[in-house]
Amino acid sequence: MTATATVHQSEECLLRPGNTNCGGCGMSVGLTMLGRALAEAGDTCTLVIPACCGIVTAGAFPTTSYAVPTIATTFASSAAVASGVASIRDLNDEPGQVICWAGDGGTYDIGLATLSAAAERNENIIYICYDNEIYGNTGGQRSSATPVGARTSTTPSGKTENKKDIMSIMAAHRIPYAATLSVAHPEDFAHKISTALATHGMRFLLLHSPCPTGWKSEPGDSVDLVRLAVASGLFPLYEVHDGARYRINVESDGADPAEYFHRQRRFAPEEIDLRMTRRACADRVQRLRALAERHPIDG
Amino acid sequence: MPLDVITGNQAAGCALSLAGEANRTARGAACGIYPITPQTEIVEYVARFPFTKGRVVPVESEHSAMAVSMGASMSGARAFTASSSNGIAYMAENIMVAGYYRLPIVMVAVNRTLGPPWNIWADQGDTLMLRDFPWLQFYCETNQEILDTTLLAFRLAEDKRILLPALTCMDAFIVSHTQTETAQPEQSEVDRFLPDLDLPHRMHYNEARTLGGLAWPHEELSMRLEIDDAMKRVPSVYQECRKSFTEIFGRDPGDMLQTYEVDNADLILIASGTIATTAREVVRRRRASGEKVGLVKIKMFRPFPEAALREACQSASRVAVLDRNYAAGTGGIFWQDTRAAFHSYRDDVLIQNYLTGLCGGDVTPDVVDDILTNLASRAEASDPVWIGVETGRRTLQ
Ligand SMILES: Cc1ncc(C[n+]2csc(CCOP(=O)(O)OP(=O)(O)O)c2C)c(N)n1
Ligand code: SF4
Ligand SMILES: [Mg+2]
Repeated sequence: MTATATVHQSEECLLRPGNTNCGGCGMSVGLTMLGRALAEAGDTCTLVIPACCGIVTAGAFPTTSYAVPTIATTFASSAAVASGVASIRDLNDEPGQVICWAGDGGTYDIGLATLSAAAERNENIIYICYDNEIYGNTGGQRSSATPVGARTSTTPSGKTENKKDIMSIMAAHRIPYAATLSVAHPEDFAHKISTALATHGMRFLLLHSPCPTGWKSEPGDSVDLVRLAVASGLFPLYEVHDGARYRINVESDGADPAEYFHRQRRFAPEEIDLRMTRRACADRVQRLRALAERHPIDG
Repeated sequence: MPLDVITGNQAAGCALSLAGEANRTARGAACGIYPITPQTEIVEYVARFPFTKGRVVPVESEHSAMAVSMGASMSGARAFTASSSNGIAYMAENIMVAGYYRLPIVMVAVNRTLGPPWNIWADQGDTLMLRDFPWLQFYCETNQEILDTTLLAFRLAEDKRILLPALTCMDAFIVSHTQTETAQPEQSEVDRFLPDLDLPHRMHYNEARTLGGLAWPHEELSMRLEIDDAMKRVPSVYQECRKSFTEIFGRDPGDMLQTYEVDNADLILIASGTIATTAREVVRRRRASGEKVGLVKIKMFRPFPEAALREACQSASRVAVLDRNYAAGTGGIFWQDTRAAFHSYRDDVLIQNYLTGLCGGDVTPDVVDDILTNLASRAEASDPVWIGVETGRRTLQ
């Protein structure tokens, strides 16, 4: 049931080499960056991972790709199991973070009630959703994080609904810290992890996580794609304190999102309404700028 | 010991809370809680309890209640919860996981009918649907028995030879909401009875272990076998725990299987929960008029005490299994396991199933009396007999 290896966490990276993640997987980069940020801060963590690609990453008993204590939970339960683990950590004055590492399915869909409740209770945990906008583990079905127009095995002619705005949902819980992350912006990533580590209570981080297998993109394009998503306003990088104060960390330069779509075969060109997409990007950026101006973090 | 007049739910809440508090000298206690009729009073009790080193987490669902308790248990804390009926059905996925993770969580269940239609009265179908999960299951008859058995369940579940979660069950309202005189133990006694929990496979914040990743068939097979070995050790470890309980609290929490007047009994009733109380009284009356009848109460359903049951029924030519539960398309669940227990050991016992008290129906002494009369008149067993149904076809009339 368990694979054991006692290590001093800072001596090796959080994600060990030799794991089975697909080439170009954003999760691999994200875990590596997370491990570095923890080491930098001299902090440690226990990972709590629901059913998703991220638990397949661990590999088969008795080996494990995770160089930190890791608990597999049922699909909907990571935030609740983490609440139990963090409670006992705190009752025993133990160090280290309890970090949920969950996919978009486990976050936006089946685990949303569990996550919402943990946020409402302001549990002392970090919840990171690596959002690959698809159910990767089960072979690529839609989730409520799948963007409109994307083809998945359950939306064979393109998804007709918009992606759910999970950041607004989490901000509405007035949790101490919520932020978006991109593997294309490592310094911003590190800044946000260190802010999260220094914050007490519920912290929610949303990582745009490229998935060449699900996105039908080239593994080598992964970082470029998510960089384009930030630049075009498809996935703005920002942070929210107490659900009330906003900061945009990387400004969109108004790049055309067209290339983002053209480089992924999950999007059929004829099904993407670029005019609508450009307007949605502009609206999203404008809305965030207004929030950041009216309710700045250091205002 | 002073007696207090409390409900079955309060008795259960008391046992859970004192057990949790007893682990304050170790890693503490935590639980997720969620209300459902007729169990609510238990979680309210736990929520009010002033734990020295514990946390009660009021979650948004039973699924998460068990998840919080699992997280706490994996971290080496004493963990528990309580539920009933739909709550158990909703929690089922994590109930299963707690078992396969070998977490010694104790859950009190108030047995309530599953629906639709909507029905809050007693029926054991909710916990018996978990019968194939790696959990110990106990069915209790009185407020004192639910209190004592819940305490005993912690000791048994946490024993390193067992390490399996345990369910202690009581009938909705008949036990959960009925006030009776009950001895509530002192914290110091519970402290002596329950040693600090030392879970061998708990998570450590500085140990890179992965709990619950992928396993190949042969690896998992050996884990199943370990569960089977642990289940087989339960009867003997139970007796040790029972002996220790009796020494510390000064009363016997009761055997896994309890007999009444079975010596040279020709007809034996097999029952569980509060039906056993009624059946005992009927047997007493019949014995007084010289009839060779007896009662076996099955308290421990998982693991099923097969050998003890066969021994208790040695002298019987006919047994009646009274089930307050029904497995669709088959019959009563205690009946199924009773038949399996006799299979290939004895073929000279007539085993008849009576479905009684289902969906919260009353099982009065008259009902049990009629069952005994029917059993005595039988030359062979038939399909399960439904009692309290007006159609007549498969009833006693
Ligand atoms: C209760 C339950 N339903 C369904 C599944 C099957 N399942 C496992 S992972 C998964 C999808 C996971 O998607 P996501 O959370 O986005 O993570 P990803 O696989 O993309 O990394 C599903 C449907 C399950 N494990 N448990
Ligand atoms: S399917 Fe996608 S998320 Fe899963 S391992 Fe492959 S690239 Fe990563
Ligand atoms: Mg996904």
